[in-house]
Amino acid sequence: MEQNSPTQKAIKPLQNSLLIKVFGVGNAGISVMEWMIRNGISGAEFAAVNTETRSVAESSAAKKLHLETKLLRELGTGGDPEIGQALAEEHLPELRAACEGAGMVFIVAGLGGGAGTGISPVLARAAKEAGALALAFVTTPFACEGGRRQRLAQHGLEALKAAADGVVCLPNQKVFKLIDENTSVLETFKITGGMLAEAMCGVWRLLAQPGLIEIHFADLSALIRERHSESFFAVAEAMGPTRSRDVVDKLLAHPMLDDGQVLTESDALLVSLTGGPDLTMAEVNRVMERLNRHCEHAQAIMGAAIDESFRDRLTVTLIAARKVLERPEAEGKMASSQEDLDTQLLTRMTVGRRGSRFVPPPPSLPQDKMEQLLARQGTGSGRGRRGASKLKQTQLPLEIVAKGRFDKSEPTILRGEDLDVPTYLRRGVALN
Amino acid sequence: MFETSSIIVGLEVGTSKVCAVVGDLSDDGALNIVGLGQARSRGVRKGEIADPSVAEEDVRQAIVEAEQMADVEIRSVYLGVTGGHLRGFNNRGVHPVVSADREISEEDVQDVIKNAKTINLPAENHVVHAIRQHFLVDGQDGITNPVGMLGARVEVDVHVFHGNLNRLQNAIRTAKGLQLEVDDIVFNGLASSLALLTNEQKELGSLVIDIGGGTTEYVVYANGIIKHMGVLAVGGDHVSNDLAYGLKVPLSRAEQLKLEHGTASVDEGVKGQTVTISNDLGLPFKIINLEHLRRIMALRLEEIFQLIGQDLEQAGVLDYIRAGAFLCGGGSRIPQVARLAEQILQVQVSVGQTNSISGLKSALDQPEFATGIGLVKFGSFQQRKRVGKGSLAAGLKTTIGQIFKRS
Repeated sequence: MEQNSPTQKAIKPLQNSLLIKVFGVGNAGISVMEWMIRNGISGAEFAAVNTETRSVAESSAAKKLHLETKLLRELGTGGDPEIGQALAEEHLPELRAACEGAGMVFIVAGLGGGAGTGISPVLARAAKEAGALALAFVTTPFACEGGRRQRLAQHGLEALKAAADGVVCLPNQKVFKLIDENTSVLETFKITGGMLAEAMCGVWRLLAQPGLIEIHFADLSALIRERHSESFFAVAEAMGPTRSRDVVDKLLAHPMLDDGQVLTESDALLVSLTGGPDLTMAEVNRVMERLNRHCEHAQAIMGAAIDESFRDRLTVTLIAARKVLERPEAEGKMASSQEDLDTQLLTRMTVGRRGSRFVPPPPSLPQDKMEQLLARQGTGSGRGRRGASKLKQTQLPLEIVAKGRFDKSEPTILRGEDLDVPTYLRRGVALN
Repeated sequence: MFETSSIIVGLEVGTSKVCAVVGDLSDDGALNIVGLGQARSRGVRKGEIADPSVAEEDVRQAIVEAEQMADVEIRSVYLGVTGGHLRGFNNRGVHPVVSADREISEEDVQDVIKNAKTINLPAENHVVHAIRQHFLVDGQDGITNPVGMLGARVEVDVHVFHGNLNRLQNAIRTAKGLQLEVDDIVFNGLASSLALLTNEQKELGSLVIDIGGGTTEYVVYANGIIKHMGVLAVGGDHVSNDLAYGLKVPLSRAEQLKLEHGTASVDEGVKGQTVTISNDLGLPFKIINLEHLRRIMALRLEEIFQLIGQDLEQAGVLDYIRAGAFLCGGGSRIPQVARLAEQILQVQVSVGQTNSISGLKSALDQPEFATGIGLVKFGSFQQRKRVGKGSLAAGLKTTIGQIFKRS
């Protein structure tokens, strides 16, 4: 907390006019940013960062940072994050200068390529050095884009988590749940981009818009700091007289939240409600009451904002974060070795379902034992690690069987628990 | 022509079986079960139709069997519905008595009931039942018929049970697809409770739990009225599925193991015991640890009762159950299930018996048929009401109307 006190001092006098800078990094990042610009997000400053000449030149952002050396011949990094990183390191003072004066820096990037993966962590560091809170909104590639890109993305995500204050990650693969057979490629990317932008707008509205219930910047930073492991987000919108009920129904049914399971497991929750001037306190109360019921243990911050253009509409943006118990901060920073990547990859994909198998055990361990185990894990030899990753690998198909005959039917969710999953698994009863 | 109107058919399209029960309502009001048809159900998951064409086939089979047994032609049915989307809540209606002498008239009673039934529900929801509970006159509770009493204000509680219209329509459409008229839809839990409980038990306060294949329904009666109803979309299928997953055997095998070796609790004696299952050739195929089997089962059943208990506590009706709880449905056949329920719900629990109905006694006194019989009983109440209310002309009109509707 001490390290961010200068930030707070700088912010406090201009609570309402907190300056947010949005950096679109890499081709994907820039196109998402363009989406935001087109949709009229005012009050934020936009900047495009890329190694390619063309995309930077075509961008409509106010500020353009073109990272370039002669070696590249204006062609970009060629999908090598190390080049991206080296370039960014070289231009670090420039990046820092660009972040100067901002209270908060949003970094938008698509991980898996050269620019986004390489530059974003450096940019996050630059933003922090400049005294801003760095929040990254990233996507990871589709599984069909190949294992290399996945690995690179995972690598980049780790680096970003270590560097930024908060990372909201949208695995593109999850978007498959949202689209149908006939959705074109173009539309799909539009959806993922749109979702990222929505999440950003949600946070931005939370901070910048005049609110019924205002959120303090310090609250937000306290919430997201040290929790950048697993974030999920969902946006839902509803209209009409029953909107407060509908919006929560939609949220809970949101594929990103695995039908509310994520909510039960999360320990920090950020809810941003935006409505027209006709938004009533009762509606806010109704939404929060239902969400709180799903995550009783979570620390929730809530903000309700008014937007003139939102007449009769109610939008709820929800970001849920979870502390990873098995892998504390210290290890997270060094968890970039090759062996660890495979396990990371697997856990990320199964993250929503993990509750059924993994959540019960950790708290039962005494503190000293846990430390001992973690120490062993941290210093373990390469062989040990590979063994662990194999162990997790076998669980993927088993998780699918768990629902067996109810796989295709609508899940029975009661208080955030999926009752179709065998009781003994949910309660963590071991059969030896 | 007029005899057909006294035939009442209950059709339950369940997750594990489709069951059609034919009842004959004689002129003096006695109900007699004359036919029964059943078929294995394949197109239903968690109490709701998942594959309409297969479900239709199963329903046809059950109906044909019932028709043959009862030697009647089935034209209309009382259809049982269930599913996780059904919910119940209590609503109160208020009506001021305006007449000069403050005597509550028949119209006042009609009005207050109408007020209680006006509920603000989303458009896609359909009210399955709106069951009248007790009247209150000037705050005095527990009045069954306030007509003729004096008072300034009359109130009534109504238990509203509603569900998603489209999902209810799925079941109705299956019946309609077979040219069957649906007289009414009835919540399965309500039907079961009608079949199991005597008036005395309803008066004293009872809980009926119907553990079916895909869903578990429960109904609470107290002081002769329905206090609370609910559905949990968890049933015997879940037990089998848990076993299949936990013991790593195919689902059909898990089902068999459940029936042969399953109990609702784990006793110490079972530790270390095993069951060997053989493959098609009669060779040993796998050794199953009996303790694991029972533990998995016990945990699931425990959870079902706990969830019901929680809901009843939330609704504040747990203290009303004085006559005890009655189990029915296939799940009530699990050994020691009553004892488990007793431990968790802290009330006396027994397996219910479908009494107060005559005919085909031995075939019917099984917990699985409670819903089907209850449906017929519900139908007989409706029929009696209809006969009692309408004049001859009106009765004739409806009968003729029905003839046209059918053709």
